[in-house]
Amino acid sequence: MIDSFAELAPAILVGLPILAAAFPLLLGRLWTRIGWWISLVTTLAMTGIAAVLAYSVHVNDAVHHHLGGFAPPIGIELVADALSVWFAFLIAATATVVLAYTYQGGPRGRAFSSVYLLLIGGLMGIALTGDLFNLFVFLEITGIAAYSLIAARQHRDAAYAALKYLIIGTVGATLYLIGVAYLFMATGSLNMVDVSASLAGGGSADIGVPLYDEMLVRAAFAFIFAGLATKVALFPVHSWQPDAYSEAPDAVTVILSALVSTVAAYALIRVTFTVFTPAFFEVTPAATTAIVTLGVVSALVGSILAVLQSRIKRMIAYSSVAQFGLVVAAIGVATGPIPAEFALAGAIIHLIGHAIMKGGIFAAAGAIAASTGARTVQEYAALARRRPGLAACVAVLGFALVGVPPSIGFIGKWYIALGAVESEMWLVAVVVFISTLLTLGYVARLLERMYFILPEDAPSAVVTDGGDGVSIGMLLVVVLAVALTVVLGFLGGPLFELVDPYIQEVLHG
Amino acid sequence: MIEAVADRLLYFVVAVLLGIGLYMTVASPNLVKKVIGVNLMQTAVFLLFVTLAFVEGGSAPVVSQEAVAGRHASPLPHVIVLTAIVVGVAVTALALVLIIRLYVGFESLREDVIQEVRRND
Repeated sequence: MIDSFAELAPAILVGLPILAAAFPLLLGRLWTRIGWWISLVTTLAMTGIAAVLAYSVHVNDAVHHHLGGFAPPIGIELVADALSVWFAFLIAATATVVLAYTYQGGPRGRAFSSVYLLLIGGLMGIALTGDLFNLFVFLEITGIAAYSLIAARQHRDAAYAALKYLIIGTVGATLYLIGVAYLFMATGSLNMVDVSASLAGGGSADIGVPLYDEMLVRAAFAFIFAGLATKVALFPVHSWQPDAYSEAPDAVTVILSALVSTVAAYALIRVTFTVFTPAFFEVTPAATTAIVTLGVVSALVGSILAVLQSRIKRMIAYSSVAQFGLVVAAIGVATGPIPAEFALAGAIIHLIGHAIMKGGIFAAAGAIAASTGARTVQEYAALARRRPGLAACVAVLGFALVGVPPSIGFIGKWYIALGAVESEMWLVAVVVFISTLLTLGYVARLLERMYFILPEDAPSAVVTDGGDGVSIGMLLVVVLAVALTVVLGFLGGPLFELVDPYIQEVLHG
Repeated sequence: MIEAVADRLLYFVVAVLLGIGLYMTVASPNLVKKVIGVNLMQTAVFLLFVTLAFVEGGSAPVVSQEAVAGRHASPLPHVIVLTAIVVGVAVTALALVLIIRLYVGFESLREDVIQEVRRND
């Protein structure tokens, strides 16, 4: 029973939100709040299905769903394996929780609900697809939904941020598509597993010799990496992210920071390890060097830029550039000559942990802005007196971001550093340390403002527009993120076990 | 040299179009022209797919009962291009909507003017 359900589950997970996206627009004229309830029912159902699917994959084996009954390599398949299923669950669960924030915090309206569901459907598609061109389509669905959601704030700056993101994001997606075209030229296939086998000399192309040293294949990797790096927001193609995160409505920032770049980084892991495989990097060590270098530079520059910011949302956005730099550097380490299981585990765990921590911090920043109007580091002065609960939540999440144990932030960074040492890439280990110090730099600045400035010293310019606009839903999101951050901090071992089957499969065949 | 270029003429056209599109996107201060540049880039990639579907002496991939034998152009890239065109149209539509909102808000289509106004805010 559970097996036959799991067989269908990937298709339902992708199809359900996209179908449901039509209903808020259709029914919104009759009942104004129906969009929110449709979103809630859909995302709750998806969370349940994703949980069942995750259990089934964990106990039995990976689930392959052939869309329309066409078998790959000709047909498109959806794959739920030990990696994708956890991201599917993360997407569904986060989408449900963020809805609690939007109930009073907005944005509202039928168009918002429809686009929100489209975004979730697109992200789910990226997580579950096993086809390179299908991945492009879902990247663009996610992109279009994300641009629209940023522009949901009726301010001209939000439209500017959305257009900037649109242009950079579309160029990135086009670069990715060029890479896919090159892979298609080399192998004649688009299915990830089949392309991987064809590159190794077998598969449907069946050439007999590995294609790893072909210029075409190397160029394909370069284009795909450049395209996905744009979506992940690595330095120097990060410039859309601070604008997008700081100009979007607060609830949208939470979902963007928790999921959009995270899932793009997931796609990068998928393409790097499932399609190109470590054998490609053995023949092309320059690719490993390039990934590690870009990741390391991004981690350093992102942290430094974060220290320099005065507006809270921009500061946290630059912090994301830095954290994704660490994740990409870890991906690079794992492709190195010495197989580093810990580095890959660190990349995956830090991705999931970063989603929880960043979503939580942005939710807390939104709640603080709604209740006190404070949006800059200056205005956070003496916040611990005025809003002790929210200030404590920001403090815990900030320390987790630095990597203070016990927290999920510590586990991720620990595995990344361990992997770097294991594969003798000392530079990465040093950068993890430096970026931790820099993270402490901007987190400590915030804490000092909140806890060690007396109310009489605080500037009186704190705006109090709209009074206390904070809702229970907002606080629920923040508290849940704090709880998860701390509790998962004790579960480093079990988290490793969950992703270990995937790591063994890609690193040791 | 010339022969090598002539053999790959279509690939060179693709590369040139891609370069022009990317340059427009980066260098033009006019937002509408930036979007046109993005469209040009996308079109170049569509042409790349159409080019690589070409099979020498192949006919259109419409297979009837009698004509299964013989050479056909690869139909898969054509399908990909159709899908990518739809995606491109959606992106362009959204970009133009955003540009209209920017024009209402800033009374300009030039990026440098908009940035100047934002700095003075």
